[in-house]
Amino acid sequence: MKPLEAPMARTYAGAASAAGPLLFVRSTRRAKLGEWVRIEGAGQRNRRGQVIDVGNEITVIQVFEETLGLRPAEATITLTGETATTLVGKDLLGRALSGTGAPLDGLPASIGEARLPIWGAPINPVRRQHPSDFIETGVTAIDGMNTLVRGQKLPVFSGPGLPGVELAADIVENARPARGEPFAVVFAAVGITERETQTFVSRFRESEVMERTVLFLNQASDPTIERLLTPRVALTTAEHLAFTHGIHVLVVTADITHYAEALREVAAAREEIPGRRGYPGYMYTDLATLFERAGVLKDSPGSVTQVPVVTLPDDDITHPIPDLTGYITEGQIVLSRELHQRGVYPPVDVLPSLSRLMNAGIGKEHTVAEHREWADQLYAIYARGREAKLMAAIVGSEGLAPGDRRALEFVDAFEKELIHQGGVRRSLPDTIRIGWSLLQTLPRDELTRISDATWGARTGGTDAGKSS
Amino acid sequence: MTEARIIRVAGAIAEARPLGEAALYELVEVGERRLLGEVIRLQDDIATIQVFEETSGLSLEEPVRRTGSSLTTALGPGLLGSILDGVGRPLEGLADRSGDFIAPGTTLPTLDPEARWSFAPTAATGATVAGGDVLGVVEERPGIMHRVLVPPGSAGRIADIQEGSFTVSDTIATFEDGSPLSLSHPWAIRERRPMRRRLPGDRPFITGQRVFDLLFPVVEGGSVAVPGGFGTGKTVIEQSLAKYAKADVMVYIGCGERGNEMAEVLHDFGRLTDPATGRPIMDRTILIVNTSNMPVAARDASVYLGMTFAEYYRDMGYHVAILADSLSRWAEALREIAARLQEMPGEEGYPTYLANRMSRLYERAGRVESEGTPSRTGAVTFISAVSPPGGDFAEPVTQASLRVVGALWALDARLAHQRQFPAVDWDTSYSLYAEASASWFSEEGGADWRKLRAETIRLLQRDRELREIAGLVGVDALEDDDRLVLEGARIAREFLIGQNAFHPHDAFSSVSKTYHLARLLWEFMRTGTGALEQGVAFEKLDLAGVRVAFGAVKTAAPDDLDALIVEAERTIADMEVA
Ligand SMILES: Nc1ncnc2c1ncn2[C@@H]1O[C@H](COP(=O)(O)OP(=O)(O)O)[C@@H](O)[C@H]1O
Ligand SMILES: [Mg+2]
Repeated sequence: MKPLEAPMARTYAGAASAAGPLLFVRSTRRAKLGEWVRIEGAGQRNRRGQVIDVGNEITVIQVFEETLGLRPAEATITLTGETATTLVGKDLLGRALSGTGAPLDGLPASIGEARLPIWGAPINPVRRQHPSDFIETGVTAIDGMNTLVRGQKLPVFSGPGLPGVELAADIVENARPARGEPFAVVFAAVGITERETQTFVSRFRESEVMERTVLFLNQASDPTIERLLTPRVALTTAEHLAFTHGIHVLVVTADITHYAEALREVAAAREEIPGRRGYPGYMYTDLATLFERAGVLKDSPGSVTQVPVVTLPDDDITHPIPDLTGYITEGQIVLSRELHQRGVYPPVDVLPSLSRLMNAGIGKEHTVAEHREWADQLYAIYARGREAKLMAAIVGSEGLAPGDRRALEFVDAFEKELIHQGGVRRSLPDTIRIGWSLLQTLPRDELTRISDATWGARTGGTDAGKSS
Repeated sequence: MTEARIIRVAGAIAEARPLGEAALYELVEVGERRLLGEVIRLQDDIATIQVFEETSGLSLEEPVRRTGSSLTTALGPGLLGSILDGVGRPLEGLADRSGDFIAPGTTLPTLDPEARWSFAPTAATGATVAGGDVLGVVEERPGIMHRVLVPPGSAGRIADIQEGSFTVSDTIATFEDGSPLSLSHPWAIRERRPMRRRLPGDRPFITGQRVFDLLFPVVEGGSVAVPGGFGTGKTVIEQSLAKYAKADVMVYIGCGERGNEMAEVLHDFGRLTDPATGRPIMDRTILIVNTSNMPVAARDASVYLGMTFAEYYRDMGYHVAILADSLSRWAEALREIAARLQEMPGEEGYPTYLANRMSRLYERAGRVESEGTPSRTGAVTFISAVSPPGGDFAEPVTQASLRVVGALWALDARLAHQRQFPAVDWDTSYSLYAEASASWFSEEGGADWRKLRAETIRLLQRDRELREIAGLVGVDALEDDDRLVLEGARIAREFLIGQNAFHPHDAFSSVSKTYHLARLLWEFMRTGTGALEQGVAFEKLDLAGVRVAFGAVKTAAPDDLDALIVEAERTIADMEVA
């Protein structure tokens, strides 16, 4: 059969109706799913949209700008024949752009190297390289206890008023590629406040990270539905830098919660059957199309690493947004309100925190040989101490068994000396050293996760024996 | 006849007209790029199609073509070692065509059409054969005999059968009516393969994980649900089983999960050898990979595809384990599709037929006597991860699983946060297979297996009660024998049921190692109780030495195991003199 020719731009006068962020257009010829749309009209500002449902009778367009004041009957609707794309290129580094890629810094638009569709295709799993390159973030709770590796997606689970964005900024500022390889940052602000954005931007400028950074800023006052585009524009930019230029790219997105809310708004406008707590049933799949864009490819030098920030509504980790995020990402760094209130910074609760890719990224070849044992042992005692703390609240610390009592004392030292580091960058060797100094306050036979060989090496070959 | 054209597209769903003649579940090619799709609803002349590939860019008026068959897979030699997407396309082949990223619209056969297999007939010319009868064998992988079966439903007298080297589509034999037979045959994946009869399970599926083999065993042909919140260890369990458990064939289905996890599987599986055969474990493995960002409708297909492969090797007389991670993502795919169809939602938006579909799927597991001669028994063991939202088991997928499975391995976030792995909640978990497998374990492990199992359970239960009391009054207020129980349970948690999947000698525990650790624990409790009865004070027991000894046995290399067991026995016997 004869192939249909590629559709060109087609213009329609007037939409049938509008509801929330949606526009309904009658009998569009050959509308394409995902097609990019321009909406114009006399006395109305120009808006952009995307076809999300095509039908013989009605085609549904999701509008990215505010629809307040939109008069559907008077709008001119142009189906462009193309899907959403963004300009990519190395010359974007150092630029501040809007949530959809327009310059915000007063400079002329970049020339770029290509326009790429923002809805990236899935990486073929057999082409993925298993991530194993350690990234030193300068944060003990991460480097030591929940190691980040290149190609990983490791979110920060924050809460209202907790310093999630600050921690992400620390990571951006301090992260060092292991062997001085090319490194860049793509920051996507998604619905965060002006103040939060400034936290980031001013720190970038001061620390000279800015020249290797691209900023995409959709702020709280920007259109909600545009938030569905911003992370994808950012990721497309990152993929290009990583896989065309061989750069190691760290993508920080703040805040995924605002993204998910935009998703819910569209679902509600479409009168879809809601899933858990009003969020659409496809939210897992949708979030996966963002987070799964992290990775390392075989035979390709660059990488995309993601550190999204998620604000837990009501501090509730079972809320669908953090829950589905945690099901997709390779772990999570969980902030604790209690530690925050006690002045511990960063206030990371290591017990619910996790890095699923840690194992591949630590050990003799990447960090230090005893890293696994060291971390396991700290976890074991800290966990025991936290249990003991609960019990001590009822029976008093005198009621505890001696081992539990020692673990309880350990909790305090662990939080104050190891987790807390103020705003100061800490190298991995320092992290390991402080950890050991805490462990060595305990009797050898309580350190069952530490092998004799490791212990012997640590204590200078003396007393490699079993118990004291 | 007018050609069918697209009249609507939304998400993974397309509608086309006129397609009144199509059959339900008929496969269609959608649009100019010929995306693979399946008819899931017919109304008047409109067919609703779920599309297994990315739909963006599809437009109104693009053509839709019927194929005349439903979603089928080819079954034949070459499945072992393959890595397929949810509809059975080899991922390496897709990478050759479209590079690092998956592009829609590529058709590729599941079985390599060019590979040649050396076929040795066992059936003779003139013999009358029927579905399930063995025609001959092909050595699919070193040491693994692929029995070439007469396809279910066909029968006849063999007019001719050839020894030689064949591709999967060459004719290896012909019936007298002229119909050809080859090394492979197609099968519609949503249909269960026939068998002669179901048999009760009587041998355990050796998982190599002490908490399962000892406390919550599963039999060959059994089914298990493994629910747990994120980070509780579902994937590590599935992967550990795929690596170390005892089965002839492993089918691993990564359904709607992470790409990096699959990269890890590919990385590890390529390097590990099966201790039983010394061969790479990929030789006994089929991987089906449909990650969370790959098309959602293909998640639905991936599970049926894996099940069909499993039944096929079962029919050859093998024990096959299916490791599905995660069945929740499959159920969510059903929900996404149902929502697009505006179907009446049931609980939490899942379609009302969810439980029904799930039980039909689980029921395809089992130990069976196959059709055909020579007679064979085979089994499909089904271990599926379930991902309950918020880690709360009171949700439709977990609940529907519990109605049909024979064992529950419930994972608990609190244990995982304490790094107590596998984070199996021993209070909630259960197995209905414990009795059926106990005789085998008693013979292979040790005669007092049943007793040790019961004692371990009792110890853990007593521990929980005591900890509740201690939480109110303090450990100090407990009697010495109760403190011994707390200590024994700590040893149980840390060294018996705790198992480090990343330690080279702890990741897999032989039945014998599991037995001895359970026995040593019992020895410890017996000796400790004896000492206390003799008036020895609890503080006088050398618990530190005992813990070190247990740790050494737990992580012992196979060659050192016996010596370390003896040493642990001695430490336990001497603990009161410390
Ligand atoms: N048996 C085990 N031994 C050691 N660590 C484990 C074990 N099981 C799980 N873990 C740890 O828990 C993490 C999460 O496990 P995973 O199986 O990925 O969880 P889930 O699939 O339930 O989300 C792993 O990355 C690993 O660090
Ligand atoms: Mg998992």
